[in-house]
Amino acid sequence: MTGATTVDPTEIAKFEAMAAEWWDPNGKFKPLHMMNPVRLDYITAQIAEEFDRDLNDALPLSGLRVLDIGCGGGLLCEPMARLGATVVGVDAGGGNIPVAQTHARQSGLDIDYRHTTAEAMAEAGEAFDVVLSMEVIEHVADPLAFLTACARLAKPGGLHICSTLNRNAKSFAAAIVGAEYVMRWLPKGTHDWSKFITPDELYALLRQSGLDPVDRKGFQFNPVSWQWSLSDRDLSVNYVTTALKPA
Amino acid sequence: MSKTFDLLIVGGGLNGPALALAAAQSGLTNAVIDAQPEGARRSDNFDGRSYALALASVRMLDALGLWKDLQPNAQPMNEIKVSDGRAGDAEVFLGLHFQSAEIEEGPMGHMLEDRYLRRALLAAMAENDRITHMPDQTVVAQSVTPSGASVTLASGDVLQGRLIVGADGRRSGTATRAGIRRTGWDYGQTALVCAIAHEKPHNGVAHQFFMPAGPLAILPLSGNRSSIVWSERSELAAEINALPEEDYLTVLRPRFGDFLGEISLAGERFTYPLGLTVANNFVADRVALVGDAAHGVHPIAGQGLNAGLRDVAALAHVISHAARRGEDFASPLVLARYEQWRRFDTATLATATDVFNRLFSNDNPILRAGRDLGMAALNAIPAARRTFIREAAGLNGDLPDLMAG
Repeated sequence: MTGATTVDPTEIAKFEAMAAEWWDPNGKFKPLHMMNPVRLDYITAQIAEEFDRDLNDALPLSGLRVLDIGCGGGLLCEPMARLGATVVGVDAGGGNIPVAQTHARQSGLDIDYRHTTAEAMAEAGEAFDVVLSMEVIEHVADPLAFLTACARLAKPGGLHICSTLNRNAKSFAAAIVGAEYVMRWLPKGTHDWSKFITPDELYALLRQSGLDPVDRKGFQFNPVSWQWSLSDRDLSVNYVTTALKPA
Repeated sequence: MSKTFDLLIVGGGLNGPALALAAAQSGLTNAVIDAQPEGARRSDNFDGRSYALALASVRMLDALGLWKDLQPNAQPMNEIKVSDGRAGDAEVFLGLHFQSAEIEEGPMGHMLEDRYLRRALLAAMAENDRITHMPDQTVVAQSVTPSGASVTLASGDVLQGRLIVGADGRRSGTATRAGIRRTGWDYGQTALVCAIAHEKPHNGVAHQFFMPAGPLAILPLSGNRSSIVWSERSELAAEINALPEEDYLTVLRPRFGDFLGEISLAGERFTYPLGLTVANNFVADRVALVGDAAHGVHPIAGQGLNAGLRDVAALAHVISHAARRGEDFASPLVLARYEQWRRFDTATLATATDVFNRLFSNDNPILRAGRDLGMAALNAIPAARRTFIREAAGLNGDLPDLMAG
């Protein structure tokens, strides 16, 4: 639909409703919202360390160009922009783009959202200080090709942060049986467990794609406090990695 | 005039200024809109009001840079004695005895006169360039959008912000304007509050007597003075408070006992009708409630201000962490974390104080026997007693950054 020049008001209303749904703490993206603070804590801490920024400053990420692959409704893009980064969000699902744009406008944030893929961005020669691919790799057809595109998108000395689900009996129980069937957090069929990647496999793939993995942590859900936290040791279900593009 | 702030704090009592100071530490800008004229807040005379600050509250005042100057005027509470007494035999000690020595953190609390706390908060706000104090101003309207909030003052001025905080007491206009309803009831009791001077030293011991008409607390102030909080049925309380000074003391003496020697009044007398009022929600779109605006509890355990400061510390914690990670700190997502954190504590406190009061404001012999046994049992079990002391000191549960020490 690249030729569309007039905006249909019923479309705008639809996007606003979808944006409200994306950002509803108790709506269908509740599991992402619950996990978002700990993801953001990890991402901001890694960026601050690599680029020597002080997170107590007003706009600690100013001057940094950040790409979020699989941006959805903008749950990561908006915080990055609010911290001063220049943000591009891409999503292969075109329906998310106007939704994210609508919410960014409501939030008074300037974010460049595009309906495209990591591979197409790399082909176009784009380059970023930080490339985020959170909960994406378990959904792609060819993880190595995807990570190779991520590696090309990172500037020399830049960061790549990737989160995904481990592949073992516990992650099967937690992500598929727990999140999809029992809690109904996610629609059934959201995940294909056979596509999950272990932390060691991901490290190997990152190296093959030309990145240098430097850190990995687990995201742990505490059913008593009903909160997520970071763990150095327990990477058994959700985990995140940071890799550097050699300068 | 239109000015922009991060926080629009409605209420200039104690919680509002404390929140402004905490938020300013995290780099946020604040307007503190106070319906009272500044002169009314700044009076140097001891007016008889004082607070029992739990250890967690003291830690918070320290983290806000206030405690250093407040401490010389604060009286440490080293022991709390809880007795079940009836008018005339209040000196019969039946029950519980808590000593700070049983927990490692130091005194379980401090008594501090209202005038010192108020003055310290005003001075700290005046020195802080992230805080604009607006005394003698009333909010007449408020509105929120997906990205911001504004309040309109009686003067016609409009202030723009990101979050409206209602720190405006148990009849919170902020809550009403946000459509937040309240639940509560009147106890039919009124607290008589005053400071007394006494002949003998109190040695830092606080006393709580439970009597049929309601509890009597005797809390040590600096020097040979104590603050008393004395609950009676409302009709009787009104009569007592209207009495001339000497007659007031005549009514008080048999309740107070003579363990501190001769007593006299050392300030004004106040009355506070007792009631429980809890807001059905602590947050709404871009609105958060703290202190009595969220929950006015029975002051039986002296937890009103402490609970308010705990709200302030929790809200400051939640929004400063959110801002640091780039979240919209006034979004429903973030405010829900504050509400979840505080709602559980508040429900526990409101229920506990309500049950405590109903149990102890009673002369039924079976209930008396039961509670005496209960107190004796609690007294006999050190672990239970320590838990109780830590609860009174505000050290149980998840502690916000400002109270972690």
